[in-house]
Order: sequence, then C-alpha cells, then structure tokens
Amino acid sequence: MKVLSYDPELCVGCYICEEVCSETWFKVTDGEKSSIRILDEGEGPLRAVYCVQCGECIAVCPTEALYRDRKGIVRLRKKLCVGCLSCVGFCPYLAMFIHSDQTEPFKCVSCGQCVEECPAEALAIVEVETARAPGVQV
Amino acid sequence: MSEKTQATRRVLAEYTYEAPPVERGYTGQTLYVNLSDNTISAKPVTDVMKEKFIGGRGFGLWLLWHGVKDDTKWNDPENEIVISSGPIGGITQYPGSGKSLVVTISPLTDIVIDSNVGGHFGPLLKFAGWDGIEIQGKAEEEVIVVIDGVSGRVTIEEAPDAPVDTHLLGHWLIEQLAEKKEDRYFMSTVSAGSGAEHTRIGCLNFSLYDRKRKAPRFKQAGRGGIGTVFRDKRIKALVVRSGPVRGDSNHPADPERIARVGTRLHKEIHDYDDEQNRMRKRGTPYLVQIMDDYDLLPVHNFKFGSHSDTPKINGDVWEARFTQGLPDGCWYGCTMACSHAVDAYTVRTGPYKGQKVIVDGPEYETIAGVGSNCGIFNPDDILEINFYCDTYGIDTISFGTLTAFVMECYEAGILDKEKTGGLELTFGNGEAAIELLHQMGRGEGFGKIAGQGIRRMKEYFVSEYGADPQFLQDIGMEAKGLEYSEYVCKESLAQQGGYGLTNKGPQHDEAWLIFMDQVSNLLPTFEDKAEALHYFPMFRTWFGLVGHCKLPWNDIVPPDNRYTDEPAKIPEHVQNYVELFSAVTGREITKEDLIAQSEAVYNFQRVFNLRLGKGRREHDAIPYRSQGPVTVEEYESRAERYDQQLREILGLDPEGMSTQEKMAALRKYREEQYERLKDAVYERRGWTPDGVPKLETLKRLGIDFPEVVAVVQKHL
Repeated sequence: MKVLSYDPELCVGCYICEEVCSETWFKVTDGEKSSIRILDEGEGPLRAVYCVQCGECIAVCPTEALYRDRKGIVRLRKKLCVGCLSCVGFCPYLAMFIHSDQTEPFKCVSCGQCVEECPAEALAIVEVETARAPGVQV
Repeated sequence: MSEKTQATRRVLAEYTYEAPPVERGYTGQTLYVNLSDNTISAKPVTDVMKEKFIGGRGFGLWLLWHGVKDDTKWNDPENEIVISSGPIGGITQYPGSGKSLVVTISPLTDIVIDSNVGGHFGPLLKFAGWDGIEIQGKAEEEVIVVIDGVSGRVTIEEAPDAPVDTHLLGHWLIEQLAEKKEDRYFMSTVSAGSGAEHTRIGCLNFSLYDRKRKAPRFKQAGRGGIGTVFRDKRIKALVVRSGPVRGDSNHPADPERIARVGTRLHKEIHDYDDEQNRMRKRGTPYLVQIMDDYDLLPVHNFKFGSHSDTPKINGDVWEARFTQGLPDGCWYGCTMACSHAVDAYTVRTGPYKGQKVIVDGPEYETIAGVGSNCGIFNPDDILEINFYCDTYGIDTISFGTLTAFVMECYEAGILDKEKTGGLELTFGNGEAAIELLHQMGRGEGFGKIAGQGIRRMKEYFVSEYGADPQFLQDIGMEAKGLEYSEYVCKESLAQQGGYGLTNKGPQHDEAWLIFMDQVSNLLPTFEDKAEALHYFPMFRTWFGLVGHCKLPWNDIVPPDNRYTDEPAKIPEHVQNYVELFSAVTGREITKEDLIAQSEAVYNFQRVFNLRLGKGRREHDAIPYRSQGPVTVEEYESRAERYDQQLREILGLDPEGMSTQEKMAALRKYREEQYERLKDAVYERRGWTPDGVPKLETLKRLGIDFPEVVAVVQKHL
C-alpha cells in the first residue's frame, strides 16, 4: 500500500504541508483542519503526526464507516459515521483528527498533495507491505 | 414502512405527527398510548419536569405518579410502563450514553420498579421525536406499537403472525418493518416472551442492530417483572424507527466540550482497559474470579462466598467463548464495549433445540446467579439458561436467586420430587434448572409456582407444605419482594444497607460498598457508612436520570485516581459528567448539583412507595442470610471469623459455647447493627426514624408539591 513517509532530518518546519492538506480537503488554510500535523516539542527534531494506514480504527468503528479500500488505504464513509469518535481515542498514533465544524473525524488518505508542495522534500509517498509507525523512514 | 407486511398487520389506531427537532437533549414532548381505548397523544415536557426530574427515571416516575391511583396494582389497567432515556442519552461521543430507563408498578414488590437498560430504543425514540413513551391500559388482543419518526406515524396494530419469544420476534419485526437494509440500523424493538406472561419475573429485551453480526442483539431491563406487566397489557412489541443518527442528533449546547471529554475517555479505555478490568475482552464476567477470591461470590443460595470450581466459569473462560475484536457497545461510541456475545451457540434443549443462536452475555450477574449460586459450574448450562431466559423474557437474576432458594428448600426436605413434578432440584443440577425454566416458558408445573418469586413461594411452602416460616424467611434472599442480585454481603454491614435501604429492592445499582467497607475498612463508623449510603445511591441514581450507564464511571479509572482525595468516587469521571450535562443542556452544574438532582428524584420515589402503602422502616427489612450465618454449616465455614467477632466485639468466649449459642449471639448483634445503620442512614437522608422523608427535606429539594406533601403528612 502507498503511505506517507516523513523525514525529520529534512523537515524545516514551514507547515506548508498542513496548509496544503486543509486546502485540498477543506478548501481553507487552517492547520486545525489538516490531516498531517508537524509538532515542535522544543527538544529534539520536529515530529509529524499522520495516519500510517494501520487500520486499528476499523475494528472499533461501530457502523463500518471506516474501511480499507482496494489500495489498502483506510477511509471513512461519512454517510455511515455517527461521530462517536471511538477511532479518535483508539488511534495508536493520535492521527485521527476532529474539528468543531463537523461531526465526523478525518485522516490522511495518502493523497500525496503535501508531498508535491513540501519545499524540503521531507515527505514522500512510499510503497509498503505493512503499516509502520510515523517518522520511521522506509 | 414496508407494504409486504400489510396483510398481516391490522391498524387499530393511528396518530400522525411531525417529529420536533431535539434541542439540547430534549424533544419537549412525551408519547402517551392507551391500549384500552386505543388513544394516542402527545404530552408536553414541562419546565418542572426538566428542572426537577431531569429525564429518564425521573420522567418515568413523574408520569407514572400522575397515571396511577393510590391503590393501583401491577395488573390494573391504569398501571403504566414508561420508558425514557434522558437528556444526555443519544450522544455518541462518550461511552455508555444510550441507556433507557423503564418504570412501572412491579408484580414482585407492588411498588415502583426502575430498570436501566442498553440497546438503541431510548435514543432512537428521542430521535423519532419523543423524550419518553408512557403506555397505559390493556389491549383486548395482542398488539404491537410502532413509532415511526421518519413518516411521523404512531400505530397500535394487531400482528397475529408475530411470534412472542424475543429471539424470533426480533428477527420477524426487522424482516417485516425494514424496507431497506439501512432501515435496520435505526430501528429498535422492545419485547418480552412467553415466560414473562406465566411468571412475575418477566424482563424486557431492548434491541440494537449489530451491523457486524448482521443481526439484532438484545439487552435486558431485567429487574422487577416489567416484562410481566408488558405481557399483561398484551403487548408483543414496541418498535421505533428514526432517521439516521448523526454525531449531533442530540443537538447539544456545546458539542466541542463533549468531544473533548469523550475522546479523553476513549483514550483512557484504550490505554488502560487491558491492564485494569479487560472489559473490552471479558466484560463483566471479569468479576467472577475477584468475587470468589474475596469470598463474595454467591454459592449455594448465598451460603458461601467461593467454590473450588469457580475457575470453570470465570472471566478467562468467557474471554475464550466471546467473539473478540468486535465493537460490542450497546450504544454508539461505547468503547468499554462490554456487551459481548457467544456466537453460533447450538441450543440443546426445549422448543428451540438445534437452532444456532447468538447468546447475549452472559454477564457477571447471570453467571453468579444461575451458575455458582445454584452450584452450576458448567458454562454450557449457563449459556442455555441465559439464552432461554432472554428469549422467554425472564430476568436471569431473579431466576438464579429463586432457583438457588428452591434448591436449598429441596435439599432441606421442604420440597421433593413429588412436589416439583419430578425435578430433582439439588444444587448443581443444571438439567433440572433448565427444565424449570422451560416450565416457566410453558406456564406449567412447578415452574409456574417458582416463577411467582421467592416471597410468594415462601407463603406457598408454608401454607401448602407446612414449612417453617422462620427458616424460609431467613434463607429466602428477597427484600421488598425482589430477589437479591449476586453478591454475598454478610460481612459488610454497609452493603447490607446498600441492598436493604433501597427504593426498589435489593439490586446493587444503588450502592456497592463491599470493598470500601469490608476490604479497605474505609467506613468504620455508622456516620461513615451513612454518608456512603447517602452519596453513592444519589450519585448512581443520576445515571438513570440522564441516560447513562454506570460502568464507564468506575470499571475504568484514570491511572492517577488512587492519588486523589476520594478515589472511591473517581473524581475525574464525576467531573466528566458535570461537563457532559452542562454541555448537552446548556445548564451549568457542579458536582454538588448532580447529587441534588438525584436526591429530589430519589426522595420522590420514596414518597411514591409511601403512597402505594410501603416505603417505611419495616419495608427495609432484610433476610438474615444477607446478614450472617443461618445454618450451622455456614457458621462452621467461617468459624474463625465469627468466633473472633464474638471474642473481640462482644467479649464472649466461644470456647465454652455451642455453635447454636454462638450463632444466636452473633445474630442478635448483627441484627442490632442493621437497625442502628437504618437510624444513621435515615438521619443522613433527611428522613424520620420511620424512614419517611421529612417535610423540610422535600422543601429543600424543591419537591414539596401539594400532592407529595399530602402523602408524607399521613406518616409524620
């Protein structure tokens, strides 16, 4: 499956990825609506939070709104979602996001728009057999 | 709904309406259905109802109070069944937020029973436009009541082809009423079964549609015979259908605040459930081994608290039997997910022998009740009984406790094969227990006698078989007419009060204080015990006012809970409830307000009992089996502990005493202790020494309505 990959060594913390993501999926520039978050925790390198398509959320979804598509990407059928946010609390990577403008959560679907725009080439879409933790280089 | 069903459904009454939007947790109306004259109408939810009675059990009590008379009995037409969730019921973001509360006058206790049940009915009823449903009257012929919030139509219908037993009826209703696959998702049914009509221990099954299993599941409003009232009204089923549920269907005042609190608890369960109670994998059966370890698991009609065979029915066994990895919440967003099931169980006895079924549960109470308490340690017997209790509409707790009573009577020679129609009802005889259950389903034989409950069996055994009334009073584990739930409370005075000083009878949902009292010794004085028997019943009542489940309160705890000033209260979770109520309703409350809300409803229920001729000190009596050893073998089984108490507390020398003398001395002491506990608790609750709420208490709580005061004044 194709997943997002992030290299903290290359990241310059420009947050362009967050802007691109929110513009792509929500038509606004708002980091709170991005499915990738760059975290500056003071010490050590920057860190990125995004979905690695591990699919643990699928099992906790009570309405089968979360599913893995034919390409292996974990997706959310908004029509089936009852906004319970179980997936948000159960995501091992805290990569399922919410915003007060809507009741359904949202996540990275490996669309690659952020990769296109990343000036530092810190992001990539890579092919993997199984999901790995974010930040681990492939 | 579907046209294919019209041939088998005859509409007796129809009411059309436009479902109002839910605002801050309320629709502002309740549905009234009278089955005697086939009238259907809407009643407004008043400000007093919202302010003082909140919702759920509070609404139920208020509507029931106005529907019945002082002398109404359970099977009078004016008795009502009221179902309501509550303002928080139906939010999807916080675990345990989809409960329904049912109240009626009980055929077991002749006072109000309330029961807290999962499944989707209550929330979907709200999303179909109703804060509650109130059913009065008795139908001439069997009926179903269909509340269709999508088309805005409520109907009372005859459906002669509909089966009675729940596992068949649930499927039938879905087949008949759901036009599209998606309709099943937002439909829920309430039903009982054939056993409910032949006994006084009938329960109600509330359905949810399990999308992964592609089948309806059922949760039970078990206690107090509500299913019996349901069948007496000749109702086969209630059906509700709403539009699709969304994350904001409850239209809360502050959804962001709810999301914040909800995701925090989801994460807490994700991070700590595995190392705490493993509710997600085992559900409430995790308690079986713990209770055994602490000598609290009822064995042989509550004689003993542990058994060497307990590992055969403990949580490990059920973890292996339950299908793992499914989102087993009984409402959306319950990540505690304790509603486990055994799938593809092949029924081995009775009318459904050979069918492959889903067994919902068993829960701890069922395992302890129909299992260890009856000396039955075969998981398949427990499953068989669990399945049939549910589909027949019989409460597993009452069934377990009364069967244990019957077994002790059998072993004591009060009953024999002749009296039981050939059933050898000795401890451990699973086959006999299962046949007893089938007799209840058919309304035949000894099952019909046993199905009347322990209180009536005691009278019957005395009058028909000449049994010793004192012995039966001592070993019959009922109070107020309701069978005990499944904890041995002999060594915890506080829990004796937790069972005895309740509104509805000995069900542990008001207070479970055994560990605080007996294990941790946190309640050494009467004042401490009284404070706990004030706070916890009030706090736990609150779940039933708002549509919540108790389990996510303390079956998961924050890792730093033990360092808080009051760990037993789980302060962080109490604060969650404060946040949720404020965020849904827009009424900012504090944790003290939460208790005050409950206290008003709790006292109202006590006054309701007074109105129905009960509710005083004498009605808070408990059987001695719940207080101490009734028999020599019981005394001997804990002789060291009892002898020590005689020595240290009563200053007696057990060496020179016979077991009978020791038992008598211990009994005198323990019974006096319980009376002193009553005094302390009544005082703390603002009641007279006779257990009657004082006028000043009613006034402080703002429920000094003239009709309430009039009831109380007769007893002051």
